[in-house]
Amino acid sequence: MLLEIESLVAGYGDAVVIEDVGFHLDEGEGLAVLGRNGVGKTTLILALMGHARVTAGAIRWRGEEIRSRDASGRAALGIGWVPQERDIFASLTVEENLLVARRPGQFGLVEAYAMFPRLRERRRNHGDNLSGGEQQMLAIARALMTNPRLLALDEPFEGLAPVIVEELEHSIRRLRQEFGFGIIIVEQHAEDALRLSDRAIVLDRGRIVRAGAADDLLADFEAVRSLISV
Amino acid sequence: MSALNPASHGGLSKPALPFSPVTPLIFAALIASYFLFPNHLALATQILVLMIFALSYDLLQGHAGIVSLGHAVFLGLGAYGSAILARWGFTDPLLGLAAGASISALVALVLSPIVVRGSDFTRLLVTLGVASLIHEAANRMRDLTGGADGLADFEVAPLLGLFAFDFEGRTAFLYALTVFALVYAALWRVTTSPFGLALRGIRENSRRMPAIGSPVARHLAVSYLLSGAIAGVGGALLAQTSRFASLDMLGFERSAEIVMVVTLGGTGHIAGVSIGAAAFGLVKDALSTVSPRYWQLGLGVVLMASVFLARGGIGGLIERFGRFGRRA
Repeated sequence: MLLEIESLVAGYGDAVVIEDVGFHLDEGEGLAVLGRNGVGKTTLILALMGHARVTAGAIRWRGEEIRSRDASGRAALGIGWVPQERDIFASLTVEENLLVARRPGQFGLVEAYAMFPRLRERRRNHGDNLSGGEQQMLAIARALMTNPRLLALDEPFEGLAPVIVEELEHSIRRLRQEFGFGIIIVEQHAEDALRLSDRAIVLDRGRIVRAGAADDLLADFEAVRSLISV
Repeated sequence: MSALNPASHGGLSKPALPFSPVTPLIFAALIASYFLFPNHLALATQILVLMIFALSYDLLQGHAGIVSLGHAVFLGLGAYGSAILARWGFTDPLLGLAAGASISALVALVLSPIVVRGSDFTRLLVTLGVASLIHEAANRMRDLTGGADGLADFEVAPLLGLFAFDFEGRTAFLYALTVFALVYAALWRVTTSPFGLALRGIRENSRRMPAIGSPVARHLAVSYLLSGAIAGVGGALLAQTSRFASLDMLGFERSAEIVMVVTLGGTGHIAGVSIGAAAFGLVKDALSTVSPRYWQLGLGVVLMASVFLARGGIGGLIERFGRFGRRA
């Protein structure tokens, strides 16, 4: 088993945002995390990455408890993260943004440019001289340069034009097929997230209220919609 | 296996130029000054030391984003280290340089855990506090440092056993120029390496870097140590070429001055900072010649004008000219 989260309680300071959350992921598996705004989806990712306070429960990576590891230690284990804010380094060029994250492994600069040819065209542009879609591609490619085994994507399609979303979906599918990365995808566009995943959990007020195979949730999407609509 | 064949996508983008296009001009000007101003080599040597000191601080602030009001500590320790070693009979200049670098690096290593953590404000206070402590300690250790009188009773052996330090300052200048060239090249290499990129990433978003596996505290500590060592080299060079080491070399004014110099040059721009340090040294010398009493007023005006007229300092100007040239 690649990742196992068990009875997780996490939040910020004294505030508890997610409670008793648990799931597991096998190597190369995809999980969609769905829910309304403010139910704790991003907090779950932040807890996984070591940026939110975990007060109870366990986070195991290949059987090892990793709560005591800091964020860089978790990244070194193979957990990649594409944050909602993208956090592109504005003063670095596209290529430097990629190289700064490079770690040994199968995914390098050549693969990044092959996956996102637009980044190759923009490789000398600075990070603040890119469109929203290009920034998102760069954020994903940069996370991949760390050669993770699991990629946590937080709202990767937010604010992007439908044609860019399609392009990114295609890239994420290719990544999973060709490199065998596992993914956790937090996304408001629930159908898109489900189509990219094998399984899904739906959060409400910090707890899992539904879990199952992504296909099953797609087949029963009206019920899912009632859980995630405002 | 990946379906992506690297060969089918051609080569990667060409690496950036090994040096800024301005770099040859800097070295051409320095070499020319040797022939054009043979009576001002002492000033030119002091300016070279200032350039080395500025580059050391720029690694810290311009690349790693660590602000400090105590960086002169490392310059002073390098100067005292070299001078004290020479007093004890170890007069070889290269040994003195190594000693200056080592002492400063060692102190930087000890200080790094408290300096690299915290915000800019706490770093300013911590570096200022540490600098005050070391300044006072040096003042009290009169037997070792000469106290307020400084150290002047030491000799420096001929460079490589061949080139004696002459009265005109030719050997001192060429020695300082060589050390500057080595520091310049080394810093260029460091700042364009993956480590240098990581430092720039940390400066921009220190929260993001751990998530891509970058050990932020360790990178900052290494940059602090390197920066301290280079400042120590500058200090040793200063003591050897001026045959003097004094408390003002590790004082607050030097620390504040180097912040101004790097700002004038353009933080994070090695060529710009080098030119900025040279310009600062020349303007300071010219103003103090014109008005020994009020030269600091003039310097203040020049610095304020540079902030308003040259955003990003001299390095910013170089970048803008470069972009303009590429468009033309």
